[in-house]
Amino acid sequence: MSPLSRREFVAAGVAAGAGLVIGFYLPHGSGSQQESFSPNAYLRITPDNKVTIVVPRSEMGQGVRTALPMILAEELEADWKQIEIEQAGASTLFGDQTTGGSASIRTTWDPMRKAGAAARETLISAAASTWNVPRSSCTAENGRIKHAASNRSLSYGDLATKAATLPIPTDVPLKQSKDYKIVGQRLGRVDSPAKVRGEAVFGIDFRVPGMKFAVLSRCPTIGGKVSGFDDKESKKLSGVSYVGKIGDSAVAVVADSVWGAMEGRRVLNVTWDDGPNKDLNTAAVMASLRDTGSKKAASLYSAGEVAKAAGRKVSAEYELPFMAHAPMEPGNCTAHFQGTKCELWAPTQVPQDCRDSVATAIALDPDQVKVNVTLMGGGFGRRLEHDYAVEAAQVSKAINAPVKVIWTREDDMRFSTYRPASLHQLSAHLDASGFPSALTHRIIAPSISGQKGQPVPNGVDPDFPDEAGPVYGLPNYTIDYVLTETPVPLGWMRSVYALQAAFALESFIDELAVAAGKDPLQYRLHLLAKDQDLQYFSTTWHTARMRAVLQLAAEKAEWNKPLPAGHYRGVACFGCFSSYMAEVVEITMEKDQPRVHRVVAAVDCGQVVNPSILEQQIQGGIVYGLGNALRAKITIEKGRVVQGNFDDYAPLRMEETPAVEVYTVASAEVPTGIGEPSVPPVAPALCNAIYAATKKRIRALPILN
Amino acid sequence: MADITLRINGSDKRVSVSPETPLLWVLRDTLELTGTKFGCGAGLCGACTVHLDGNPIRSCSTPVSQVAGKGITTIEGLGANGLHVLQQAWIAEEVPQCGYCQTGQIMSAAALLAKTPNPTDDQITQAMNGNLCRCGTYERIRKAIHRAAGNGGGR
Repeated sequence: MSPLSRREFVAAGVAAGAGLVIGFYLPHGSGSQQESFSPNAYLRITPDNKVTIVVPRSEMGQGVRTALPMILAEELEADWKQIEIEQAGASTLFGDQTTGGSASIRTTWDPMRKAGAAARETLISAAASTWNVPRSSCTAENGRIKHAASNRSLSYGDLATKAATLPIPTDVPLKQSKDYKIVGQRLGRVDSPAKVRGEAVFGIDFRVPGMKFAVLSRCPTIGGKVSGFDDKESKKLSGVSYVGKIGDSAVAVVADSVWGAMEGRRVLNVTWDDGPNKDLNTAAVMASLRDTGSKKAASLYSAGEVAKAAGRKVSAEYELPFMAHAPMEPGNCTAHFQGTKCELWAPTQVPQDCRDSVATAIALDPDQVKVNVTLMGGGFGRRLEHDYAVEAAQVSKAINAPVKVIWTREDDMRFSTYRPASLHQLSAHLDASGFPSALTHRIIAPSISGQKGQPVPNGVDPDFPDEAGPVYGLPNYTIDYVLTETPVPLGWMRSVYALQAAFALESFIDELAVAAGKDPLQYRLHLLAKDQDLQYFSTTWHTARMRAVLQLAAEKAEWNKPLPAGHYRGVACFGCFSSYMAEVVEITMEKDQPRVHRVVAAVDCGQVVNPSILEQQIQGGIVYGLGNALRAKITIEKGRVVQGNFDDYAPLRMEETPAVEVYTVASAEVPTGIGEPSVPPVAPALCNAIYAATKKRIRALPILN
Repeated sequence: MADITLRINGSDKRVSVSPETPLLWVLRDTLELTGTKFGCGAGLCGACTVHLDGNPIRSCSTPVSQVAGKGITTIEGLGANGLHVLQQAWIAEEVPQCGYCQTGQIMSAAALLAKTPNPTDDQITQAMNGNLCRCGTYERIRKAIHRAAGNGGGR
């Protein structure tokens, strides 16, 4: 039995005949407890026998439109086919609507189950009252309430109107995992048919009658501004209807078609005031990280006393570059400004931020801005920004007509926000058996949140609690963080700081195993041998769960069996977003370059909601992570981003994609994050395999530099 | 501006556009066939793939004047009589994640199967290597192509 506080639900008093509506709150992020309760999700059962869940979670490929309804349907005992999910637009009536941080399942698991169970119990009450029989003689099954003794049954639709008049129970029983019928099944994604037909409407596909198209010429130098522009040639082109400055650093070209706008921009002549960063380059950014590394650090984790440790000392420094998300659908947003209101259709992970930023930019109140969320052609964190939306609203206001702003691939690559470059200094003392008696890990990186003016309490970027855990229960162990600054725009990119932290730690552990002359898998298992609970911010990491995941990956990869000649393996494990992940990468070397043949991944993410979607996330995360490890690097020259398209920022293609095997630890624990945890272990596991093959240690990404 | 007649998915469409406009933007903006996607504008990602007389082309890099009078098939025309066997296989193998690149992937795969009804892994890699997917669905794409081939996708 799970006690429900009455504040968890609101019976949204709706118009007669609309059926049963229950409002509930889906929290965002880990461990954040909201004091004030404001519903941001609704469950609606209507007399036409439809069950609709209105949720503020955007679909960017991760499968929320399938997985979230599965959780609710399980408790509701609904017929899976009667459930529909509806995307909520930004609303001041709603609580936080952010999609990100691998949070959708783990934060909605309880509220979704409780809402489903509360509705189920209310429907049972409605049926019992209709038949005048005890509640206990009624059961819910497959979208109907049944009374076995009299062989009667009513559909949820039949009962919806009556149920709406009843109180929502405050205490409802939740199902045991052994009784699940929907959760844990490989149900097909609800969005697949429209996507394979080309009928799915992404942001870029959305149209408003009479809308124009715009592209912007933005100052190529970071922090620079428009000093002037000459639009004579642009305006000669038929179809170009407007050229004008947008904000301080861009000029918009508006036309009847995307191509017309692009052509107009091609012949537009803008002069730039390059501003303070015109001499900035990547080497200077990395040097400044090194320079600030000795500054006062904020503690992320501390066990024992590292200063007192003795024994053989091993140290190493690792560095990672800026990277770009590069989702397949370039940035875009459609806006329609109409004097005292503005409506937007945005592929966004943050509808409320879009609303608020737009309101500020075009001098409206937030309530005068309506944001509709479209499907997204990938997000990976890029759509946690709201630059597209602000530009679209500004252009629409300037021309007083609906407009779609489209970014080209080059715009996306050069005017993005980037995964922060970082530097990692690790040091360990090895005891007589070669195991670390002490380990220190200093992370030197700019803060994404800090750069955006968000709070950075005690000098700790708020992302670190979810993304840089200790993994091993070493007796003397510190992780600390030196916050640096950079003018390069920063953004949250899939797995965020976990990628950097895992690359450094798991490469270093491998170096220690080599220094100790031990097998890297056995070395890690030894460090995880003791069951320990490691408290890291609000999360407790269990060495037993990490050990089990590592053992599972090693067993499935047949670590103890010899490989064919010329094949080599590397292993890495890491925990982030409350999930445990281990990966074994198998390679050959061809012309000094690694060829990845196989990746065996094991995960403990608690209860699995949909195994097929989970495999998608892990396979996809590993392909994304391999691309990051091998080639992803954004460089700055003279204040400008060098890379522009998929030729000089080249993601993985089919020919480089290995077979990925996914194994899960059977668990009935609360589900944890799965969108991002598979990304961080890939790079160190691959570099560890390269070391096994070549005895060369890679301490800077990307590998093919 | 020029008046150009395009034969798209079996019907003639008359458009008035400048002749150098890439076919992609004529499909998307003029004809509102938005299943064909913009990804890179440089023939590097394959999201804009359509068929020209049965061959896969990158519509983002093909001026519309070059394709006048030739047979163009877009994703909207592929499964004209219900879902194409590849589209069925894509659903059965649960290929799409974000789905943005998948129409281009399916068009490349359809051109492959039309010429090579039972492709080997190498032939699949060769035909599909120009199509990027940032969600990393390549393995399932390969499986779906094999599944469709097994179901007579090439005929």
